[in-house]
Amino acid sequence: MRNAFIRGLTALAERDDRVVLLSGDLGYKIFDDFAERFPGRFINAGVAEQNMVGVATGLALEGFRPFVYSIATFATLRCFEQIRDDVCYNDVPVTVVGVGGGFSYGANGPTHHATEDIAIMRTLPNMTVVCPGDPVEAELAVAAGASHGGPLYLRLGRAGDPVVHTGRPDMQIGKSIKLREGNDGALVSTGGMLPVAMAAADLLQAENISCRVISMHTVKPLDTAALEACCTETKALFTLEEHSRIGGLGSAAGEWMSESGEVGKLTCFAAEDRFADTAGSQEYLRQQQGLSAQQIAQRVIERLGE
Amino acid sequence: MPDKLELAATARRVRASVVRMAHDGKAPHVGSALSCVDLLVALYFYAMKNDPAEPSAPERDRFVLSKGHGCTAHYAALAERGYFPKSVLSEYAQDGGRLAEHPSRASVPGIDVATGSLGHGLPIAAGMALSAKMRGQTHRTYALLSDGECLEGSVWEAAIFAAARHLDNLVVIVDFNRWSAMDRTDTLLEPLAVKWTAFGWLAREVDGHNLSDIVEALVSVPAVPGRPTAIIARTVKGKGVSFMEDDLEWHYRPPSAEDLARALEEIGAGGQGLPSGRSSA
Repeated sequence: MRNAFIRGLTALAERDDRVVLLSGDLGYKIFDDFAERFPGRFINAGVAEQNMVGVATGLALEGFRPFVYSIATFATLRCFEQIRDDVCYNDVPVTVVGVGGGFSYGANGPTHHATEDIAIMRTLPNMTVVCPGDPVEAELAVAAGASHGGPLYLRLGRAGDPVVHTGRPDMQIGKSIKLREGNDGALVSTGGMLPVAMAAADLLQAENISCRVISMHTVKPLDTAALEACCTETKALFTLEEHSRIGGLGSAAGEWMSESGEVGKLTCFAAEDRFADTAGSQEYLRQQQGLSAQQIAQRVIERLGE
Repeated sequence: MPDKLELAATARRVRASVVRMAHDGKAPHVGSALSCVDLLVALYFYAMKNDPAEPSAPERDRFVLSKGHGCTAHYAALAERGYFPKSVLSEYAQDGGRLAEHPSRASVPGIDVATGSLGHGLPIAAGMALSAKMRGQTHRTYALLSDGECLEGSVWEAAIFAAARHLDNLVVIVDFNRWSAMDRTDTLLEPLAVKWTAFGWLAREVDGHNLSDIVEALVSVPAVPGRPTAIIARTVKGKGVSFMEDDLEWHYRPPSAEDLARALEEIGAGGQGLPSGRSSA
């Protein structure tokens, strides 16, 4: 997703000279082409995220369209108050780009595990929260976000995430994408869990259980029309996210479904409220949290049988 | 040089408004506002390129009140300058009023950015100054900071950034009144000018209540091309009202009706601060 994002941003910067990119000293070599093509529009702001977000706010107040880039934990946690007070309260079009959503940087340990970012970004007034499901969505999200306007959090996976989309989907902020039909259950995924959702749907199909798969790339504003369709057309709704079960997609869906009276249909697949206590790859850590395709398919079968 | 007497008279009217707003709004921070009145008057009535008829003019100088809690001085200076009618000042800290105890963006003409949490204004101002450099614009950006605020790490992140980017169109003014919310600041911060110098800025100290000194410092920016400027303004918290001066109590206490009357008498603005407000009784 990281490289796809840069492709999307380069294309946007080509069309819109207000686009500037600031990095918190991360992205070794990957921005060289951008910096060469757009002199003065790439700024390494150094290991100083608070200042970077403030500077981006100042640039945005003057009419620029800044993107600030860092690892998702650093991009959201260290400078949370700057994102809240400077970007969101002033309501300026700054895009905060967090690379390494969930356990993408698995082996780096919990300081690098972004498992609260969706929750805290989602609480901010004026903020839009976008978590692309694969590199195709990540590339398209850049332009979609730019035309949406306002403060935006773009949560990326890492380099080398699998491509799920075979074509070019209609990527609109706040409008989910249905990748697969099915009426027994609905697997509603955000971020890098999309390939896992697809794999789980394959496993379920082998058991004659048909599940639709939805990429809920925008967590805020939530596509409640799609959730409503899932509730009326399927027996159960499952949210998938590589994020704490507190405050993420499952919570967002639950908030809406508790009002719509459908909350009994909801099951959330998410990380438990604890730090990883061993080293491990992204795949290993997902397994530890019950977030592998096999574990999810098994639980879906149990839930539909209840 | 400007007419010093005229600036001094303006500062008295702004002070009168500040004390009246604190009284009417039953609001704190009157001491913090009074300490930066002369700085704001020197900026808006002499040094800064600004036109109340065109508050968003691209060529205007930018101003960020990083010490947002001192906003009554900013509101009053803007009203005095003609950005909006003085009657608006009576909305300060009132239910449904436009003027909060920390400024929100575009609440009134002349407020370009919301502040209130300390350590935010300088990075934003650095972004504005960088924008001007990127576009080849010649205006300046001023950020007014409190002294206590200089304990925030983000101030020094921005200080490094601005010097490294040669933002000589950026001016920090530190309202060094020697008080933060609970304690003296000088024991923590001194030598403050040396710190800014070490971070690559051209730092100079001025008497923050001597309008000629302030103006002289402001008009000589940039003293060194390529370097941002820090003006350390030696000020007195509560300046202009004897019983408030250098007394931390007035970081918290709203003036009573009696306090207000005494303060207005001392300031001697000749009743020109505000039209008599709703609570002048």
